[in-house]
Amino acid sequence: MTGALEVRGLTTRFETRAGPVTAVNDVSFSVAPGRIMGLVGESGSGKSVTGFSILGLIEEPGRVTGGSVLVEGQDLRALKPDQMRRMRGRKVSMVFQDPMMTLNPVLRVGDQMSMAVRVHEKMSKRAAWDRAREALEIVGIPAPAERLKAYPHQLSGGMRQRVAIATALLHRPAVIIADEPTTALDVSIQGQILAEVRRLADETGTAIVWVTHDLAVVSSLADDICVMYAGRIVESGTSEQVITAPRHPYTKGLIESVPSLHEPGRKLPQIPGSTPQLLNLPTGCPFRPRCPRATDICATEPPRLDTDGRHVLCHHPLETT
Amino acid sequence: MTEPLLQIDAVSKRFSRRPGLLTRGLDRLTGTDSAVTVHALTDVSLDVPRGEVMGIVGESGCGKSTLGRIVSGIYAPTDGEVKLDGKPVAQGPDGNVQKLTTRVQMIHQDPFASLNPRMKVGETIAEGPRLHGLMTGEEARQRVRQLLRQVGLEGAYANRLPHQFSGGQRQRIAIARALAMEPELLVLDEAVASLDVSIQAQVLNLFMDLRRELDLTALFISHDLSVVRHVCDRVAIMYLGRVVELATAEELYARPMHPYTEALFASVPTLGTGRAAFKPIKGEIPSPIDPPPGCAFHPRCPFAGPRCRAEVPRLKPSPQGRSVACHLHDGGTGSEETPREVAA
Repeated sequence: MTGALEVRGLTTRFETRAGPVTAVNDVSFSVAPGRIMGLVGESGSGKSVTGFSILGLIEEPGRVTGGSVLVEGQDLRALKPDQMRRMRGRKVSMVFQDPMMTLNPVLRVGDQMSMAVRVHEKMSKRAAWDRAREALEIVGIPAPAERLKAYPHQLSGGMRQRVAIATALLHRPAVIIADEPTTALDVSIQGQILAEVRRLADETGTAIVWVTHDLAVVSSLADDICVMYAGRIVESGTSEQVITAPRHPYTKGLIESVPSLHEPGRKLPQIPGSTPQLLNLPTGCPFRPRCPRATDICATEPPRLDTDGRHVLCHHPLETT
Repeated sequence: MTEPLLQIDAVSKRFSRRPGLLTRGLDRLTGTDSAVTVHALTDVSLDVPRGEVMGIVGESGCGKSTLGRIVSGIYAPTDGEVKLDGKPVAQGPDGNVQKLTTRVQMIHQDPFASLNPRMKVGETIAEGPRLHGLMTGEEARQRVRQLLRQVGLEGAYANRLPHQFSGGQRQRIAIARALAMEPELLVLDEAVASLDVSIQAQVLNLFMDLRRELDLTALFISHDLSVVRHVCDRVAIMYLGRVVELATAEELYARPMHPYTEALFASVPTLGTGRAAFKPIKGEIPSPIDPPPGCAFHPRCPFAGPRCRAEVPRLKPSPQGRSVACHLHDGGTGSEETPREVAA
């Protein structure tokens, strides 16, 4: 298999005062060039920590304890910190939820973007500025030359997020990790950005990992979906497979609780209970206390990986017809 | 028809910032005016009959939260009037807010911010009725337990602190606190927006159950079109401080009439449509400090004509019995006419 990004057995633990917490537990997936992979989960599922782990951005008391992260065949985990820094922004870059946190408020957009160019490549300020302008053009920012002279506070939220995406694109990275990048935006602006991102993936061949809690967004944007629960990928497949024929009871419950699929005013099917505390996970399958299909074995044995076709981590996966 | 419970009558709200001393001095010297005015709401009229859940939908800056706050008595309107049961309600810091707040209760977006972290949830729930002298001591304890059970929690949880609850449970507590006042009107401002999908369904189910049991009237403010469709009877779509379309949820979703409503629906990703070709609205939401002349949507509207740039469309009932504020449905945009006439 040749993925732009290959994650194998990635495990990240946090040593907390109350004990060790495995936030990312044996996570594996791969993303081919030009594909968008939606990493879906609810709060505390480990989806964001997975993104941070890939980029080596986990800080104390957390630590990536196992697995490998291959970008175009090169294992990022084997790199020294300064080698890793040279990869970040060049081969792998990240887009965060809040662009106001990523952009430096006291630097003009053009200054910080050309700085990002010149960190990785030797070139004149003038040339770097031109590169920044091209990047803004690619993400559909009107009058890019003017925008380069603006400070972040002079831009709208949607515009700032485009600048963040453009910055991530400066070096044509093989992989972009995007962590809830449209969650804070209005729907009409989100629609614009999703359209641009889809086009970017198709045209530049960048592999994108789109971390989100929003099933509707991934179902219309992503090629493939991985669903996370309590630190593990419980189901993966193509978007169509996962959305139209979910095999894990959690995925099915998630999809069914979306209001647009039901007649208005009807009671929504709901997943009972709440997401488990990672410090105090149930024995066996962590979804067991909320699962309608759970039996005795689910309480004693960790869930089995169903290798028949798609990846499903469940003792009693749903049959697809 | 009986009189609606809530009447919002031509309400406008403007927020002004008085410039600082130095700027005012400079203004006087140069004869300019640096005062900034945000037009948060302009001429909004809505009636909500008893027992109805009215959805208020729009993007940031459309004024939906300002409207909720005016109805709750947190802000006083700059112009216009809000009536409850036909009687005008005084609002704002100098009005009779205490009297009003027993009848209107608000549920906020973030249950981490809306509950006092140092107060036991039982005290939080009983605080309103106690302050207003509606109940005392043992009676309140009983009522708190009953309310907690009503929102799907255990009565014994009354002695716990907010940090011991998850987000969904906290939102249930916020609902219990609102219900403790036995309000006639609930204002829910993005009440499920910060919850996970699986928890959101639980809270929506709770709201629909309570609504049936208690015959609640509510303003349901949200940016989430699918949630609004599920729980609301009628929906008002807002854009830059004005209501641009008003219809029953069923009609609105079946056939949106205002170009903004239509575009909004088209840009929302929905489950199961596959890799959709997005049809996003072009451009951005204009600033409420300096709204465009004429129809506020005209810079982004594919159908805009000369009349849209000059004349503000009024919210008029269409022949189909719905209300829409758009020249397309009220005599045309003027694009067939000679542009010279309009320019003159």
